[in-house]
Amino acid sequence: MTIKSRPVYGTLTPQAGTSHLLIADAEGAAAILDLAKKAPAGFFASAEIMYFPGSEDRHHVDALKALAPQKFYEGPSFAAALPRLRQILEEAHMGLRLYVAGTEVLISQVELAANAVGVDHRAIQAEHRGSLARRVQCVHCKGITENVTTQPYTCSHCGLLLLVRDHYSRRIGAFQGVCINAEDPTEIPEKEEIFR
Amino acid sequence: MKSGSNRIEAVVTDVVTVNDLVKRFHFQRVDGGLLPTFSGGAHTVVEMRDGDRTRLNPYSLMSSPLDTHDYTISVRRDDVGRGGSLFMHNQVKPGHRMIISNPVNLFSLDLRARKHLMIAGGIGITPFLAQTSQLAGRGGNFELHYSVRNEALASYADVLKQRHGKRVNIYRDDHEERLDLPTLLAGQPLGTHLYVCGPSGMIDWVRKTAADAGWPVENVHYEHFAAPQPGKPFEVTLAVSGIGIHVGENESLLEAIETAGLNPPYLCRGGVCGQCETNVISHDGKFLHNDHWLSDEDKAAGCKIMPCVSRFEGKSLVLER
Repeated sequence: MTIKSRPVYGTLTPQAGTSHLLIADAEGAAAILDLAKKAPAGFFASAEIMYFPGSEDRHHVDALKALAPQKFYEGPSFAAALPRLRQILEEAHMGLRLYVAGTEVLISQVELAANAVGVDHRAIQAEHRGSLARRVQCVHCKGITENVTTQPYTCSHCGLLLLVRDHYSRRIGAFQGVCINAEDPTEIPEKEEIFR
Repeated sequence: MKSGSNRIEAVVTDVVTVNDLVKRFHFQRVDGGLLPTFSGGAHTVVEMRDGDRTRLNPYSLMSSPLDTHDYTISVRRDDVGRGGSLFMHNQVKPGHRMIISNPVNLFSLDLRARKHLMIAGGIGITPFLAQTSQLAGRGGNFELHYSVRNEALASYADVLKQRHGKRVNIYRDDHEERLDLPTLLAGQPLGTHLYVCGPSGMIDWVRKTAADAGWPVENVHYEHFAAPQPGKPFEVTLAVSGIGIHVGENESLLEAIETAGLNPPYLCRGGVCGQCETNVISHDGKFLHNDHWLSDEDKAAGCKIMPCVSRFEGKSLVLER
């Protein structure tokens, strides 16, 4: 059964706007390349692309540059680029449209940054590509663990064994992790790698 | 809890003539207590007992949400309407006891916004009086652009200027003053929310201009209560209750259903909130849909009707009520 808070993502679609900011990590580049096929002429002349290739090979970088965006930024990680993104959002005017493609972790972080300046997550075009790894918050110690791929997982803060739920918080930008063996801590279910 | 059943016994404590078309009414609780808390943009439904007929009309609360010892509304006189505004203007005096509903907000501020940009036309100013008071009280960032026919009909323009100074911009039609909306929209910081209340033509213009300028629909808020329009009388069969009713010329379908003794849910009585949506079982004739709720597909299919504002012309109409 699906939990209502589990985000559902769409397909990047060009929006009416005066400028466009497209953010992607790893496989998310392919979503921008697909959007380019549907984009009206001149779309990328008023667009900035922020890309985090991670361990991807270089061909995505070259393909994105070939779209000739007004600005192209390549960064080592989203965290490293967050001050830059915040500055862009704070200085931008209405008419800027936001697009994000790639991992759920990236999507959640972009939505949080946009939300902080009053942009609703529904106003952001978001497409999931690549890894299913999750950002999870332990409900017990509140610690957040990035890139969780197993079910259950061990909290990187308090060490409890946590069940990753589909219950998602947009305010925190994370799924909920709940202790899986509270009654009997000696019962240790096997970890399965299911969020790859 | 059944919506619409939360009635407050109120007394009119003051009636103030604002200008040739507008009167302001102050309400307090009969028992002297505080009225329920509300937020800027909320409305109350006022029950008007006029001889043997009862009208229930929604009016935006314009007093400050920070002060609930009274509620105030402003009523623009409509000489060709169904008579609700004329009843308020001509019959309601200080001391008059009336039933008003708990406040309901279908036009609330999005408080995540970095800035609130408000566009008002005519009597559409009323919800913004409450919203600007609410925002000013907490240091909110807002700007109001208010179009009026002329100085004499510029309801509350002076009060707003006095309270909020340069944040308030007035445009007088008879001085050829026009809001340059595309330029205004282009200069707003990302995260601005836009609110519009006024005549339907103005709402359509603002929504269209904003969409063309790349404003997401999530950032554009509007409120337009469709006052129920008079029309030809018609007959309706309420299948669930097994009764037939007659809807008079100056009566809404919702009012006729209520007169028959039923209590369908409602909140806004203005075609906005969707509470009174009613399924059509069969019909032979033409719907006059006046609401902002049903989709164009539903309207074309004739499968639903909003009895608060919409009417019917034809041979027979059977509703699931």
